[in-house]
Amino acid sequence: MTSTQTAKPAAASRPEQPRPDRSRTPRRIAFGHKLSRWDLKLSPYLYISPFFILFAITGLFPIAYTAVISFMDWDLVRNSGTFIGLDQYVYVLSQPKFWIALRNTFSIFLLSSVPQLILAIFIATMLDQNIRAKTFWRMGVLVPYVMAPVAVALIFSNLFGDKYGLINTLIGNIGIPPIQWHSNAFASHIAIATMVNFRWTGYNTLILLAAMQAIPRDYYEAAAIDGASKFRQFTAITVPSLRPTLIFVIITSTIGGLQIFDEPRMYDQYGTGGANSQWLTITLYLYDIGWGQWNFGRAAALAWILFLIILAIGVLNLLVTGRLVRNEGSRDGLSRRARRAAADAARHELEQRAGTNGAPARSGAAPATSADDQTTEAAR
Amino acid sequence: MKLSRRTRAIAAVAGAASIAIIAAGCAPSSDSGSSDDPIELTVATFNDFGYTDELLQEYMDANPNVKVVQNVAATSNDARANYFQKLGKKGLADVEAIEVDWLPEVMQYSDLLAPVSDDLKDRWLDWKTEAATDADGNLIGYGTDIGPEGVCYRSDLFAAAGLPTDRAEVAALLDGDWAKYFEIGDQYTAATGKAFFDSAGGTYQGMINQVDAAYEDPDSGDITATENADVEDIYNQVLDASATQSAHLGQWSDDWFAGLSNGAFATMLCPGWMLGVISGNAPDVTGWDIADTFPNGGGNWGGSYLTVPANGAHVEAAQDLADWLTAPEQQIKAFANAGTFPSQNDAYSDDTLTGATNEYFNNAPTGEILTNRANAVTVAPFKGEFYFQINDAMQQALTRVEDGTQDKATSWDQWVSEVDAIG
Repeated sequence: MTSTQTAKPAAASRPEQPRPDRSRTPRRIAFGHKLSRWDLKLSPYLYISPFFILFAITGLFPIAYTAVISFMDWDLVRNSGTFIGLDQYVYVLSQPKFWIALRNTFSIFLLSSVPQLILAIFIATMLDQNIRAKTFWRMGVLVPYVMAPVAVALIFSNLFGDKYGLINTLIGNIGIPPIQWHSNAFASHIAIATMVNFRWTGYNTLILLAAMQAIPRDYYEAAAIDGASKFRQFTAITVPSLRPTLIFVIITSTIGGLQIFDEPRMYDQYGTGGANSQWLTITLYLYDIGWGQWNFGRAAALAWILFLIILAIGVLNLLVTGRLVRNEGSRDGLSRRARRAAADAARHELEQRAGTNGAPARSGAAPATSADDQTTEAAR
Repeated sequence: MKLSRRTRAIAAVAGAASIAIIAAGCAPSSDSGSSDDPIELTVATFNDFGYTDELLQEYMDANPNVKVVQNVAATSNDARANYFQKLGKKGLADVEAIEVDWLPEVMQYSDLLAPVSDDLKDRWLDWKTEAATDADGNLIGYGTDIGPEGVCYRSDLFAAAGLPTDRAEVAALLDGDWAKYFEIGDQYTAATGKAFFDSAGGTYQGMINQVDAAYEDPDSGDITATENADVEDIYNQVLDASATQSAHLGQWSDDWFAGLSNGAFATMLCPGWMLGVISGNAPDVTGWDIADTFPNGGGNWGGSYLTVPANGAHVEAAQDLADWLTAPEQQIKAFANAGTFPSQNDAYSDDTLTGATNEYFNNAPTGEILTNRANAVTVAPFKGEFYFQINDAMQQALTRVEDGTQDKATSWDQWVSEVDAIG
C-alpha cells in the first residue's frame, strides 16, 4: 500500500530527470510514515532472521572455527594450540590412507546412489499404479528408513560374516566359495552399499512418488489414446517430468553419500575401516584422527578438505544436471538474467513507443513472452 | 496485518524475559563451605565396576553428609570420549573411572588430576602403581581391578586331540615359553586339523605385554617400535604359528563370538574378566576350563583406575570416596558383584577371593588361579603417548596377514611406514 502512495509523486516528477526509474526523490515525510516504510522493507528479513541467526551460531561459527583449528596443532583438553600453517593439510594429503579413503568413499557412493535411484524410480512407478491398499505399500517402503542405521548395521553384519555369515553359508551350500566380505575391498563396498540402499531406497521412492502424483493425468490419457505403451509413457512422460525432483534427490544423496559414516563404522568390531583400510571412508578417517588420536588440528584440516570436495561435487552436480534438465521451477524456462534482459528490452521498447509517460506497473509480462520466444529461437 | 507497536514491545519484553530465565537456569549453583555441609558426590564408571547401590549406601551411612550418585557409561569408549572432552573444563564427575587402555593419554594431563596421597601408594601391586605414576612421582589413579591372564581351553577338544584334560595337567603341559605353547599347538592341529588359538592379534597382545618398552623409549618418548628386534621377533613368531594354528577370528567380531561356542579354536589367552565373556556367549558349552599357567611368565590385560579431577567442586571429599572405594574390603565386594579382580595386595589373602570358584568353568578355583596369575606378572610395559596408535596399526598388520590380504613382509613394511607417519 505504502509503496503505491509514494510511487505516484515520484512518477509525477519524472519528466525533469533523464533516468527516472529506480531512484526516488527525497521528500519530507512523517516519522510514522517512515516507520511503516521500514516495516515494509525490513519485516520480511526480520521474519526470516531467526533461522539465519541460529545458522550463524550453530553452523557458520563452527565451520569458521574449524578452519582456525585446522591451522593449528590443537590440544583439546587444554583448549589451546600453536599455529603451524598448512602443515596439517600437507600431512593429510600426503597420507596414502587419505587417498584410499577418498577412493572408498566414491566407490561406496556410486555403488549405493546409482542402484538406489534406479530402484526408487522403479518402485515409485509401481506404487503410482492403481493398486489395492496403497497407503499400506507406501508406508511399507518407508519402514527401513525408520530403522536406526546402527540397528541396520547390526543385522547386516550377521548377513556379511566372513565365516559364519548367512550369505556365505547359503552360497556355500550350492558350492560357491565364500566371499571375503571383510578383506576384499570391493566386496566390503558392496556390503556397505547394500545397507545404505536398504535404508534410503524407500525414502527416495516416496519423494519420487510424490513428484509422479503431481504429473497431470491428462498427459497419460492423451498418450494412451495416441497408442503409447506403458513403457513409452514412462520414458516420454514420467521421467522428463521427474527431472527437477531428480536433481533434488541426486544432490541430497550426494551429500549424504560423501558423508557416509554409521554403516562403515558398524561394519566390523573395531570401526576403523578394515585392516588394510578396505572400507575406510573420509568421515571414518576423520573420526579416527579426531576421537581416536585426539588430533583435532588434523581432523579439522580433513573436515575442511571434505567440505571443499563436497562443494566441488555439488557445483559439478548442478552444472551437469542444469545442462541436462530444464528447470521446471520457473514458468518460462529462462534464467533470471535472461528474463531480466527481456524485461529491460521490453521496457525500453515501450518507453520508445509511448514516450516517457510512466511505465505501467505490470509491463513485464506480455512483452517478456515475445522476448522469450526470440531467445528460445536463438537457442535453437 | 501487522502488530501494533504496543504488542510488539510486549513481545520483545517477553522474549527477553524468556532468555533471562534460560540463562538463570544455566547458572552454576555455587556451593562451598565447611566439611559438614551436605554435599553430593558423583562417581562416573563404565561397564560394570561392581559398585552396587548397597555398596554406595554403606559409604553414605558412614558419612551422613555425603550423597553419592553413580553414572554408568555403557562402554569404556563412551567414557573416554566424555573424559577428554571435559577434562580441565567443567562437567566431569567428582570421581571418574579410567581404563588402562587410555591411561597413557590421561598421563599427559596428570597435572589436571588430584594426586593420590603418599600413604596409600603401598596399597596396590607395584606395577599397577607404577603405570599411573607421572614423571614428577605423583600417583594419579586409585587402582581398582586388573586382568591377570591364564589360558582358557576346551577340555572336550583337548580330549579329542589326545591331550590331557585335567587343568593341573594342562598347566604342566603348557608350562614354558611361547615356543612351547605353539609346539603344543602344532601337536593339536596335527591331531585334529583344527585351529589351536583364536587369532594372531589376541595372542600377540599377550606376548607384547611382556616386553618392557615395546614401541617407545621410556626416557625420551621417541618411537622405537620399528627398530625393536623384540617386536619383529614376536611378529614373526606369532604369524608363523598362526598360519596353521589360528582360527583367524578377530577378537570381538561376530565370527569370533560364534567361535566361542562352535569349537573353532581350542585355547585362548584369558584375563579374569574374559571368563564372563566366554560363559555369557557360549552358555551351552560345557568344555571350557581355565589352566593356571601363562606362556613365558605372567601377563596382564586390562584393568581400571579411579581418578579425581583437580578442578572439581569437592576434591577432598572425592579423594576420600575414591580411597574408600578402592580399599581391599570394598574391592573384594566388587569382585563378588562383578568379577573385577582386585589390584590391592591385601585382597589376595582374603578368603572370599581365594575361595572363589566358577561353576561354568567346571568349578575351577578361579580366585586362586587368578591370584597366582596376578603374582606372576612382573613386567609393567611402558606405554607412551603413541602406544595405542602403534599397537592398533600392528593389530591391523596382523589381520592383513591372517585374512590373506598381504604376506608377512609386505604387511610389516606397511606397518613400518604407518608408524613412521605417526607423530
